[in-house]
Amino acid sequence: MTTMRQAFVRTVNEEIDRDPRIAVVTAVISSNEFPQENERVVDVGIREQTMVGVAGGLALAGLRPVVHSYAPFLVERPYEQIKLDIGHQEVGAVFVSIGASYDDPAWGRTHQSPGDVALFDTLPGWTVHVPGHPDEVTPLLRQALKDDNRVYVRLSLHENTQAYPVGEGFTALRHGKRGVVLAVGPMLDRVMKAVDSENADVTVLYASTIRPFDSDGLLKAVRDTDHADVMVVEPYLEGTSAHLISEALQLIPHRVRCIGVKRHAELRNYGTAEDHDAAHDLDVVGLGSAVRSFFRG
Amino acid sequence: MTGDEKHEWAAASTIDVLWVLYDKVLNVTPATADDPDRDRFLLSKGHGPMAYYAVLAEKGFIDESTLDGWTTWDSPLGQHPDRMLVKGVEISSGSLGHGLPIAVGTAIGQRVGKSRGRTFVLVGDGELDEGSNHEAIAVAARLNVANLTAIVIDNQSAMYGWPGGIARRFAVEGWQTAEVDGRDHEAVFAALTAPHDRPYAVVAKIEKSY
Repeated sequence: MTTMRQAFVRTVNEEIDRDPRIAVVTAVISSNEFPQENERVVDVGIREQTMVGVAGGLALAGLRPVVHSYAPFLVERPYEQIKLDIGHQEVGAVFVSIGASYDDPAWGRTHQSPGDVALFDTLPGWTVHVPGHPDEVTPLLRQALKDDNRVYVRLSLHENTQAYPVGEGFTALRHGKRGVVLAVGPMLDRVMKAVDSENADVTVLYASTIRPFDSDGLLKAVRDTDHADVMVVEPYLEGTSAHLISEALQLIPHRVRCIGVKRHAELRNYGTAEDHDAAHDLDVVGLGSAVRSFFRG
Repeated sequence: MTGDEKHEWAAASTIDVLWVLYDKVLNVTPATADDPDRDRFLLSKGHGPMAYYAVLAEKGFIDESTLDGWTTWDSPLGQHPDRMLVKGVEISSGSLGHGLPIAVGTAIGQRVGKSRGRTFVLVGDGELDEGSNHEAIAVAARLNVANLTAIVIDNQSAMYGWPGGIARRFAVEGWQTAEVDGRDHEAVFAALTAPHDRPYAVVAKIEKSY
């Protein structure tokens, strides 16, 4: 069984041989997965600020850098470098993280990054992919490597049983009349189980690309229902997409329920990802309860 | 001393080195500002860009009349330079500690692209307080980014100084180094054109500012 990380490594190693623009910049993590003898593969050691700065410089010199590390070290630690060395220089890069919100919670809070997508949301021009299956990783990455834009690809150990075609718009997997549930990336399978368990007559949209936000797709889905009630289930900080949902539905009286990693307190427990899912109501039981209460009546 | 006055000091500190760079060292003109084989100059210490703008105007990258309206709404010239607004400006800078890591990347990119161009980056001794510089100093040496020259304007503004001197900080990581009077144009030229097969740091000493 191929993991998302393995799909990422395989895809980049295939493309780096084909495309002389592609470069890889790492800070030790995963560096042994890439051909160190290739002069376009740069491992800077455990120096994440310089990892992003070097990537910005490579992009200014005409290359297409892939920047990779564990999510908190890729996004949170060098955040100003992302803002200035990539965005403010008006250059592109492909950032690829592993670890997600809490893929390995036994490592504690230092290795958790539920706020990564929210941080990218503060910066203009970023495409954000949250694949839900390893087979979605390769097409998303191949397109990103061809382009010149700024892309964040958020990989996870958690995945759905089935891949769906990737693209910028949301994919409607089920149609109902009571409202709309938007499931992002690895949240899809559990959303479907929760909806089934509650016999909820809702439309289910799936997104492996959450930025740009498919406002038109959401609006159309809402208009095809009898109630402008939208639940969004994201595998990162709750409410990350709330402002875009509100903007998309600004002319329609509507209700929104945002589910994700809770904001109210830092969870200091170790345990497993499943333990954390339960604590954040991101498991089937928690989601079923949310579906039941939100779509009541 | 106000922020504006500090930036005036910063401009006064860099003016001689900037002039020598653009007048005698850098292989770049307005006509070759996008040439892959050009030399790239990165003003990491984006503070006090008045000197930078003046040199760019003198060398034809920007119209001299533009200087008058600087920092106004319609002016492309601000207290920190923006590469998207000013021809010839290689990086947008202002927040300290960004230029040297970026310069390592551009120099590697030039090497990968078989460019004849070199990368020069100007930092301040106070700016070296930022830890990101020390990441980049180490990486440039380990990867032997020999087409990279860092110019440190040493106006003794670092809060705690550098034991043994700034050049030593680079040298222990494997850089070739030189120290020069930053007001002596001939000495600056000689230092900036000295051959080197390793990353190269030129410490340009200036009178203490503030």
